[in-house]
Amino acid sequence: MAIKKFAVAAYDDEEVLFPAVSKVRHSGYKLHDIYTPFPVHGLDVAMGLKETDLHIAGFIYGLCGTSTAVGFISWIYTSDWPINYGGKPHFALPAWIPVTFELTVLFAAVGMVLTFCYLNQIMPGVKKHVFHPRQSDDLFVVALELNDHTSEEEAIAFLKSTGAKETSVQMAEEGWWYGRWDKEEEYEKLNTSIAR
Amino acid sequence: MHIKYESFVREPLVDGNKDYHQVSEDIIKPIEVKPGRMWYVGFFFALTLLAFGVFSVGWAVYWGLGTWGVNRTIGWGWDITNFVWWVGIGHAGTLISAILLLFRQGWRTGVNRAAEAMTIFAVMCAGQFPIWHMGRVWDAMFVLPLPNTRGVLWPNFDSPLLWDVFAISTYFTVSLLFWYSGLVPDFALIRDRAKTKFRKMMYGFASFGWTGTAKNWQRQEALALVLAGLSTPLVLSVHTIVSFDFATSVIPGWHTTIFPPYFVAGAVFSGFAMVNTLLVITRKILKLEDYITIGHLEAMNKVIVLTGSIVGIAYLTELFIAWYSQSWGEMEAFKWRILGPYWWSYWAMMTCNVVSPQLFWVKKLRRNIPFTFIMSIVVNIGMWFERFVIIVTSTYRDWIPGSWAYYSPTWPEVGFYLGTFGLFFTCYFLFSKYFPVIAVSEIKFVLKTSGDNYKRAQAKYEEQTDEAFIAAATHHHDEEHHAEVAHH
Repeated sequence: MAIKKFAVAAYDDEEVLFPAVSKVRHSGYKLHDIYTPFPVHGLDVAMGLKETDLHIAGFIYGLCGTSTAVGFISWIYTSDWPINYGGKPHFALPAWIPVTFELTVLFAAVGMVLTFCYLNQIMPGVKKHVFHPRQSDDLFVVALELNDHTSEEEAIAFLKSTGAKETSVQMAEEGWWYGRWDKEEEYEKLNTSIAR
Repeated sequence: MHIKYESFVREPLVDGNKDYHQVSEDIIKPIEVKPGRMWYVGFFFALTLLAFGVFSVGWAVYWGLGTWGVNRTIGWGWDITNFVWWVGIGHAGTLISAILLLFRQGWRTGVNRAAEAMTIFAVMCAGQFPIWHMGRVWDAMFVLPLPNTRGVLWPNFDSPLLWDVFAISTYFTVSLLFWYSGLVPDFALIRDRAKTKFRKMMYGFASFGWTGTAKNWQRQEALALVLAGLSTPLVLSVHTIVSFDFATSVIPGWHTTIFPPYFVAGAVFSGFAMVNTLLVITRKILKLEDYITIGHLEAMNKVIVLTGSIVGIAYLTELFIAWYSQSWGEMEAFKWRILGPYWWSYWAMMTCNVVSPQLFWVKKLRRNIPFTFIMSIVVNIGMWFERFVIIVTSTYRDWIPGSWAYYSPTWPEVGFYLGTFGLFFTCYFLFSKYFPVIAVSEIKFVLKTSGDNYKRAQAKYEEQTDEAFIAAATHHHDEEHHAEVAHH
């Protein structure tokens, strides 16, 4: 949670973006993040990101659902309140398959979506800095984090050399905060967006 | 970079000369402008139906279920018929968004958002029927396994009716999550484009603060894939369990092991018909013909003719087994079903579901929009009759001739049904106004592979031999691509 300085480049074609990403990675600049309007396959690999473990979380949630259903129903029918339904056994596992299956799916889906929101830090009321208003439309936006020792001019010149269509230097909050999207935030007054 | 080549055998999924920005414009614009007069007329008509439905249900709750036409012989009438019908319709959305995702069917991208919305609204409508059919609706929470003071009375976990509670509520929840997780990035797009403060606030809220980082998208795709994997058996389980409501009973005509696959095929059949009904109108009014192309409608018509044929085989199998079993009760049940006082419902079902969809073997008719629209309505009428036939004509001639009965709905039952149409279309009208009816990010994802203008640019690959293509792709594709990019 800190306001930092970023050099931002917007590209209008994936075919230009990929070589640019590889140049950024070899340049020594600190890559903050890349914002795209849709999932660009291979970008995570090009950036050196690890594959997500979200599906493993989903599997674990599913197992929780299975054991909750089987445990709960068998506790009810064999211990808490055994009822004789037409002479069927109290521990009637095959009859519990539908409910067990449904709870497995329910737990896995709900758990995964909550984990997804947590990991991505998204929630109603969450606000984040948008580097370019068209990053959700048709531009691929690369943000480099600058510090006191990096020169803005050099960073911008470097980004331009990679084929960026637009570049700028922005002061921005790197994380998220609670806020309304229609309200101008205090820190945005700091934001000296310099188009170059 | 990989070459985004797709065979010319596949027709483009996006027509016209589009780039990424144009896709956003086309799909988001209807949200940003005032809706046309037709929208208001339709919306208020839907609201009127909904109000009448609320009144009808209120009437039945106040005076009791004696206001309905159901009787001791025919305990399930229009209510459960409509329940099964709506749940069936609710199957197409998840089939399109989940099963076709697993099968990597590119054409799902144009229709999945609207189909999934339709699923959610249809399941909402379906859920009304069992709830209000309880009569004493204030005891509806008894179906949930809640800690209670009723002598620790738990629901019967061995009963298909309780499985239904779990199946439908899980299906609704998972569909909603799946749908919304896809909507979040599109809401972010509307938010970033928004010119008015109110819109920025609302869509900022709805978009959860999505910014679309590489990691966001990676997780989003992983989530979509796993949810698709979960929804696929889920969607099959839901109508399987609905069919268990009948199949686990010992009533001739219901006690049938083919019910689960037969119900699922029928559900897909009616669901795709409803998707066609909605999309033929939506694409026209919102001017989305470039995204929901005739190719999309044709693909759905192919599914309709397939599932319609499966349903037809199931009907014939039922008849054959009734005879082959030499079970007196079965044979009587089917005789009364086909030739009894309700003969017209059986033959309406047969005509609408089995005979008329066979016309879709003709390619010209599959690609004819008015015909597709009419057929989609015919199929849904047929599928309504299927449920009516199964429910009412299996019970109206039971074991003792003295208890034989006939059943006609009363106005509160009809009003309830009309009311669910009101609910469905109220939701759908709001959806078509405030939500992107096509998944924008998914269209952008397939645009450079399957967009008309991009495909035309690939004509040169189409003419190459395989060897030349592979040689070019492995040795010179970098230069070639840069040249192509510059050319664009």
